[in-house]
Formats: sequence, C-alpha cells, structure tokens
Amino acid sequence: MSETLTFLKSLTPTGYLFLALTVITLFSAIGVVTARNPIYSVLALIATFFCLSGHYILLNAQFLAAVNIIVYAGAIMVLFLFTIMFLNLRKEDEESKTNLTKMASVVVGGILMVMLITIFRAKSAQVPTVSSQTFDAKTGLVENLGQLLYNDYILPFELASVLFLVAMVGAVMLGKREAGDRHF
Amino acid sequence: MDLTILTAKGIIILVIFAVTLGIAAYSTYAERKVAAFLQDRIGPNRAGPWGLLQPIADAGKMFFKEDFIPSQASKWLFILGPCLAMLTALMSSAVIPFSDTIRFAWNKVNYEVPIQAIEINIGVLYIFGVVSLGVYGIMVGGWASNNKFSLLGAIRAASQNISYEIALGLSLIAILMMTGSLSLRAIINEQATFFEWNVFTQPLGFVIFLTCAFAECNRTPFDLPECETELVGGYHTEYSSMKLGFYLFAEYINMFVSSAFISALYFGGFHYPFMSVVNGALENSLGAVTGHNIGTIISLVVFFGKIFFFIFFFMWVRWTLPRFRYDQLMNLGWKTFIPLAILNVVITGAGLLYNFKYSSWLIAIVMIVLAVMSTSRAPKREVIPQQS
Repeated sequence: MSETLTFLKSLTPTGYLFLALTVITLFSAIGVVTARNPIYSVLALIATFFCLSGHYILLNAQFLAAVNIIVYAGAIMVLFLFTIMFLNLRKEDEESKTNLTKMASVVVGGILMVMLITIFRAKSAQVPTVSSQTFDAKTGLVENLGQLLYNDYILPFELASVLFLVAMVGAVMLGKREAGDRHF
Repeated sequence: MDLTILTAKGIIILVIFAVTLGIAAYSTYAERKVAAFLQDRIGPNRAGPWGLLQPIADAGKMFFKEDFIPSQASKWLFILGPCLAMLTALMSSAVIPFSDTIRFAWNKVNYEVPIQAIEINIGVLYIFGVVSLGVYGIMVGGWASNNKFSLLGAIRAASQNISYEIALGLSLIAILMMTGSLSLRAIINEQATFFEWNVFTQPLGFVIFLTCAFAECNRTPFDLPECETELVGGYHTEYSSMKLGFYLFAEYINMFVSSAFISALYFGGFHYPFMSVVNGALENSLGAVTGHNIGTIISLVVFFGKIFFFIFFFMWVRWTLPRFRYDQLMNLGWKTFIPLAILNVVITGAGLLYNFKYSSWLIAIVMIVLAVMSTSRAPKREVIPQQS
C-alpha cells in the first residue's frame, strides 16, 4: 500500500493524466464487450477511441490523434451507429449468441492475448527508455510524418491507398442497384 | 508554463466562451429581426427597448417549462444528446485566432499573448475532428427519443453530415496546399495583402466550403433533419424545456463558429486593407506597446465585423431560399461538389507548380462559360397562359 502511495506521489502531471486516461480506456473497452444494447456498445467504443487519442497526444503525436478522431470517431463510428439505428437491434438477438460462437470468440481472443503478451515480452521488441540526447519532441508532428511517409515508406503508402481504392470500388459495385431491383 | 501566461490564457478562454454564448443568444434575436425585416414585419419589440431583452425572456421561458422525458425513451442517452450537441459546438471555437497579440508587462517581464485559446499546429484538423463529432448529439438524441420522426431526422442529419464533410475537407486541402501549414494563424497570416485573400485565390473552394458549412450546420436550404412539413420537428420532436433550448442554441453556436472559420480561412481573418500602414502609424505615435494593442483591438473589431456579416448571410439565405429535396441534396453533395473539389485540388496543385496562385479561376471561368452556353442553347419556352 505504501509503495503504491510513494509511486503515486512520484508521478508528474503527465503521469496522472496517463493513469486517468488508461483507467477510462479500459473501462470503456470493457463496456464495449459487456453492453447488452449495441448502441451503448458503439458509444463506449467511441469513448475508447477518444481516450486512445488522448494517449497519442501524451506521446506528442498530435497529427495521429486528430486523424484518429476524424477517421474513427468521426466517420467510421457514425456509420456504425447509423447502420445499427437502421437495423433497430433493440431486441436482443439471441440467435447469434450460441455456445459455438461464444467458444469461438473465446479461442480467438485468447490466441490474440497470448500472441500480444509473447510479442511484448520478447527481447527484440523491447522499447529503449527515453534518453534526453536522442529525444526529439517533433517526431510525431505532421512535417516529420509526411517526410517519413513520402521518402522512406512511399511504396507501402501508395499500395495501401490503392487497396483503399479497390475496396471503395468494390463497395460501390456491391451497392449498385441493378436494372430490375426495387428501390428499398 | 509561466503562471502569468497561464492566467492570461485562462482569461482569454473564459472571455471567448462568454462571447460565444452571448453572440449565440443574440443570434436568436437577430434571426427574428432579420426574418421580420425580410418579410416586412416588425419582429420582437416588447421585451426591453427594440426587444433587446428577448433572448433573456426566451431563456427564462425555456428553463421554467416542464422537462419531459418520454417513458419509452432510454433516459441517459436522452439527456446525453443535447449535452453532446452543446459540447461539440463549444469545443470548436478553441482554435480560432481572433486577433493578433496583446503586449503587456508584468513584474518587469514583457509578455506577448495571442488572442486565441490554444495555438496548435494542427488547427484545421482539430476543427475538422470537432465538426465530424457534431452529428453525435443529433443522432444520440434522435435515437433515444424512441420516435419514428426523431429517428428519421437523426438519420437524415447523419447522412447529410457525412456526405458534406468530404467536400468540406477537400475544399480545405487546396488552401492547405497554398499555405503549407495546418495552423489557422499561419493561414491567416498568409493572407496579409488584400488580393491574396483566399476568396480571391480560391473562389471555387470558397463556394464549396460555404455551401458545405450550411449543410453541416443543418441550416436552410439544407435543414432536412428538422423539416417541419415532413418530420414534425425532426430529431428534437420529443424534446422540451432547456434540452430543446440546448439543441437550438448549439445550432446558433455552430453558425457563429462556421462564420468565424469562413472569415478566417477565406476573408483574411483579422486582416484588413492597409493594416500594416495603420499599425505602423499607431506604433510610431503611441509606442510599441499601446500602439500595438490598439492595432490588435482594431483587428479584433474587423474580424467580428466579418463574422457578423456571415451570420447575417446565414439568416438571409434561410429566409430567401426554399429547402432542397433529399435526393437533390445527396446528388449535389456527391456528384457535384466532390468532383469539383478534387478538380480544384488538382488545378491548384498545377498552378502552384508554376507559382501561379490564381489558377482556381480557370475552373470558375470554364463553369460560367458552360452555364451561359447551356442557357443560351436551351429552347426558349413560351409562357403558357393559365387556363382558369
């Protein structure tokens, strides 16, 4: 107990922010999985994205934080909410919660957890601690990110954008109304 | 951070907050006066001189009405809806640079504090993020009401906002390319001379941005989420008392903030013609501190003048144009504005390659020529006499 207290006393304001954000992130992430109503689930996921953006800002990656909010919280989750509202899933859909799906999800989640733990404990993946000599506060800003993306990683970046284009064209093709289709 | 700067910043944030609320409150009064003016009526004139106390009377009425929550509504989300609408509306004014810096000395140390809540180097992205969150208040409130019409209004609002956000972002990209910075202050300082205001270098981008701002604020001619003739009251059908007041208030705050952004991004922000001459004269005659501060205050007044003009423009359009049909709205957004905005980005980029800033006019001229040609080619229709 006293160790926890001394640890808490030793923290900087950034440390307190980090702890608070982490607690909220974890609680809202648990809320995503446990909420009975899909709408609450989506709202909890939005809260999770917000807290993750807070973490990015603490890591001095402002651009990533803004883009995370714009793309995930602002666009993708709006579409999620939109679809769920249209489908009106207020009645609980018990059919999708058979024992088989539950077991499958436990297995998949467990494998992911084991994998993540192994990766983070591996020696080669250990992140070196901050040294004041090599620390650059501007690493996460737009200019540096742009330089890096368009110089060192131009090929993967362009390939990813082509992939997005393919997905977009595919979505348009799937959603296209054919000659004899009814309107709704 | 220095405590003095922190205090000055705190005061500036509080003042911006209060000014936003005050302007939003008086926008409701102005809206009714403008409507009355355009329809040849008198408008509110009972509460106080010229009806100036009308917003206070309205707020009092809103607070004392019964706060009703429908029994089938999901209660917490019903309360969360207006809160979110208000929160996101108020958040966006944080990055607007209202004017240049204020200089002052405190304990023999000279300070220079910009009149802006936070100066971040991703200002434009911040606005864009907050704008894209604005739809949650409407969606959550509309869904939680457990009413068909509210849900339809919410869905309309969501699809409209998503559609117009894309064109809005693409029209901004042309400006970002010209400035080379995401900071609003840098964008404003780029427009120091009158003929380099972005409205002159980016006429097409300005039209697209303005229209998308109307759509994002859910204002006429894009106010389909609250269209009375089809949806009773739209997403706020079930709301009463101050919760309804918050929704309406959030709309006026959004209007103020988007007017501020339009004037900052396209109309030079706090710059006005011959500003450097005026500032130089002031600093020569009154000294570097007082002269500079007075210059800053003049810029502030100019900026607010531009903002008020655009608020008036919002109202002017509302009481002049009829509402779009929903398919027309979607066609305009997806099939007209997005291709035009992409074309604008391409042409601006090509122009910047040859150091020519006004290349966007090319599209504007071509469009005007095409429009004139198509009207002159259209068969002249005879006026058919009405049969009675």
